[in-house]
Amino acid sequence: MSKPSKRIQEIDGATLLFCGDSGDGMQLTGSQFTATSALSGNDVRTFPDYPSEIRAPAGSLAGVSAFQVNFSATPIYTPGDSPDTLVAMNPAALKVYLPKLKPKGLLIVDRDAFTDLNLKKAGYRETPLEDEDLSKRYRLQAVPITTLTLDALQEADLDGRGKRRCKNFFALGLVYWLYDRTLEPTLRWIEEKFSKAPQVADANRKALKAGYAFGEAEGSFATRFIVNKAPSAPGTYRIVNGNEASALGFVTAARLAGKPLVYSSYPITPASNVLHELAKLKHLDVRTIQYEDEIAAMGSAVGASFGGAFSLTGTSGPGICLKSEAINLAIMLELPLVILNVQRGGPSTGLPTKTEQADLLQALYGRNGESPVPILAAAGPTDCFDVAIEAFRIAVRHMTPVFMLTDGYLANGAAPWRIPRFEDLEPIECTHPTDPEGFLPYARDNATLARPWVIPGTAGMEHRLGGLEKEDGAGNVSYDPENHQRMCRLRAEKIQRIADFIPEAHPDGPPEGDLLVLSWGGTFGAAYSACLRARSKGHAVAHLHLRHLNPFPKGLEKALSRYGKILIPELNFGHLALLIRARYLTDAVSFCKVKGRPFEISEVEQKIEEMLS
Amino acid sequence: MTDAAEARTLTRKDFASDQAVRWCPGCGNYAILAQVQQTLPKLGIPRENFVVISGIGCSSRFPYYMNTFGIHSIHGRAPTLATGLKGARSDLQVWVVTGDGDGLAIGGNHFLHALRRNVDINILLFNNRIYGLTKGQYSPTSELGKRTKSSPQGSIENPVNPIGVAIGAEASFIARTVDMFQHHMSDVLLRAAEHRGAALVEIEQNCVIFNNGAWRHLTDPDAKLENVLYLEHGKPMRFGKKRQKGIRLKGLHPEVVDVAEVGEEGLLVHDEKAEEPTLAYFLSRMGPPDFPTPVGVFRCIDKPVHDQLLLEQVHEAEARKSPDMNALYRLGQTWEVSEEAT
Ligand SMILES: Cc1ncc(C[n+]2csc(CCOP(=O)(O)OP(=O)(O)O)c2C)c(N)n1
Ligand code: SF4
Ligand SMILES: [Mg+2]
Repeated sequence: MSKPSKRIQEIDGATLLFCGDSGDGMQLTGSQFTATSALSGNDVRTFPDYPSEIRAPAGSLAGVSAFQVNFSATPIYTPGDSPDTLVAMNPAALKVYLPKLKPKGLLIVDRDAFTDLNLKKAGYRETPLEDEDLSKRYRLQAVPITTLTLDALQEADLDGRGKRRCKNFFALGLVYWLYDRTLEPTLRWIEEKFSKAPQVADANRKALKAGYAFGEAEGSFATRFIVNKAPSAPGTYRIVNGNEASALGFVTAARLAGKPLVYSSYPITPASNVLHELAKLKHLDVRTIQYEDEIAAMGSAVGASFGGAFSLTGTSGPGICLKSEAINLAIMLELPLVILNVQRGGPSTGLPTKTEQADLLQALYGRNGESPVPILAAAGPTDCFDVAIEAFRIAVRHMTPVFMLTDGYLANGAAPWRIPRFEDLEPIECTHPTDPEGFLPYARDNATLARPWVIPGTAGMEHRLGGLEKEDGAGNVSYDPENHQRMCRLRAEKIQRIADFIPEAHPDGPPEGDLLVLSWGGTFGAAYSACLRARSKGHAVAHLHLRHLNPFPKGLEKALSRYGKILIPELNFGHLALLIRARYLTDAVSFCKVKGRPFEISEVEQKIEEMLS
Repeated sequence: MTDAAEARTLTRKDFASDQAVRWCPGCGNYAILAQVQQTLPKLGIPRENFVVISGIGCSSRFPYYMNTFGIHSIHGRAPTLATGLKGARSDLQVWVVTGDGDGLAIGGNHFLHALRRNVDINILLFNNRIYGLTKGQYSPTSELGKRTKSSPQGSIENPVNPIGVAIGAEASFIARTVDMFQHHMSDVLLRAAEHRGAALVEIEQNCVIFNNGAWRHLTDPDAKLENVLYLEHGKPMRFGKKRQKGIRLKGLHPEVVDVAEVGEEGLLVHDEKAEEPTLAYFLSRMGPPDFPTPVGVFRCIDKPVHDQLLLEQVHEAEARKSPDMNALYRLGQTWEVSEEAT
């Protein structure tokens, strides 16, 4: 019901960034905007960015929490580069995120938060809102959000503090008006969320509506924007973030095999949510055990696998360091299990809440001895679901621990997920031999070289496993030099043979050309989008994304040979590039970034341009 | 009941694997192995339901010699494998074998937490007060001043008392026996096996090579009876060749008394079922030179069992919620995209 005085402009999509103090509810505001946009049919991607301190001092730069959402009428693959609209709830947030805003972008601030004290905490000598430069470079809207919220809540049955806490809903209402969103989904959400606190529900509803009405009435908001539905495959959808999708994938894998899922873990950012998600799923025979440390969690994973369960452990980089020795035990025992690493910035404690891809070589080589292990990486939040299932499929078919790599960006970022029907998913076969006749613990399958998964309770098949080198076949302790070399080769060959069971490498774009962008993990979106843009400008650029980092898929070498140049963008100092250069003797160019943030499309795009010029 | 019937006919031989035992001649581990192989058939449990899990050390070679399922894992981590295994398979009889270094140095953390969680496993801690496998360094149970290869001038570290640690960890079953005490060990092992929850059995074990005679005062036929206090639930604490001595409480301290002089009524009476571990702790502090070393069951109480609780939560949730995967996928807000829209 827009008034005729307002201009309506149809746009392809927009990127919006909410930022404020940790206590301002920016994550909630962003998630609500995301859900509403998705429900209205847009494609969406999100990037929550929050401090690692639980309660950093109010108003400080360290306490700024942000949520970026990209929503579009065309398919998108990243949370967007620079925001078109920035909502800053206090000076600190403005200070941190203003540099990201597009030139001439819309800048909405809560004028009331620009008090002397807050300005000082943010390191401003004087208020930036009076700075002429600011209004020249951006479309500044300094709205007294707090006052307007309090005005709208005069009647509300809450104290002043409670009322002020509703200001994020005012801001959300205003932005809903701006992008012509319906209030319904958020109103419904408020109803459910605060069903036990009707005064709070009522106040939030009022604030939301007041924000919307303000946009409608306020003359300075002259234009509102419409973003139409994005084309997507028919089906039922919901929003999931990467950690949720991983958890759903793991329990799905176990159910596809009719097995309990045992999750052994120790809390760590950004992997803890996987533990929280799985702990809710006891009714699906998910058994979560919170251990004293990651060493224990990994040992437990080995024990649970020996017992015949679908066994999973999850952590982030520092936890993987602790798990190394027991991962090697799993490799030696040739037991199936999955190790999830939700990567974060390192080394050491590093950047706990920020993203990075610098654990690839750790997964591949971070243990003593010849220690081969398959590695898979998820490309986006929803891909975590598929990769989680695939990881278990490989683990049980090839009798090996499997690494699954995601990262903080995927873990917390959300995207629309086309919900599968459980019945349509391919069951996971796994058998436990019960015939003692001729049983050898380390006998091998002809095709996969996997050994039999015989579990305790099987009469006549009692056997001992151990970390000491095994005699080929019988599995007894053996120090024989020839046997050791043979077993090392067998373990390596077993992992290599996984390549016979996975799809061949298949670049997206021209089958040959000037440049191939090779990516893995969470860089998918930026790399893919940059290649699309390059092609739309007429460049012969293809994109190849690797889900399997060990073994590499077949056809990779051939694919690499068909392009003049190879570019490998990574959030590390060139892990995949090192592997590719070593393995295939190609002059791949490494493009690195370790800033705790994902690639922007434009960064990859520029690099492509540079390489082609 | 054929399984149980068969299980009852199992003998010591059924539990011996075909692997040659490779401990040093005269090592106390042989006697422990023999007792375990002797005792397990008495439990009436099918052999295939036993799993023996160890860490690293001389003692941790144990699973290779048992014809059961087994894992010779990594240094100090056996309790973690056992906890995970019980989480997956609470139906199994899981035994953990560990050493004083394996269990109390590198694996001290897991030792503590496995006991605290009260996982239904039996932990046998072979205490030879030395690192055997790495050829003779001092261990967390070596006495202050102990001269070893890594402490040529004598150890400057205070030893830890395994029973005391177990009490601190709120263990529900705690016992001690000695490698040479055949019948005693068998009784204690049976008690541990019957106990629901984590059972710790400290077994004083002689390392003939690197710490020979560490437990001589308990095993020497002449000295033994004067130095060992056999704990019996509900019985007054008496020891000595003729059971002529007793333990009496003097203030907060133990006192050795002549039973003939003070009468049996004045003696401390053992109570392994006491909810508070005060008495068990008090007993754990007794030992040479002034007191006899208590052996037997220090503590045996009922406590909720971790793997049982885990299963109960699963069953409780299963009874409450449908295991419908499609419903799980559709949690929260969903939306439909129809054919026409695309
Ligand atoms: C991670 C690791 N660190 C060190 C070792 C070397 N190591 C093997 S056994 C052992 C000590 C064993 O002592 P204890 O547990 O008392 O067993 P015992 O040999 O006395 O039975 C050590 C230090 C190892 N195997 N693994
Ligand atoms: S070194 Fe000691 S503990 Fe190890 S086998 Fe020999 S005697 Fe036994
Ligand atoms: Mg020892």
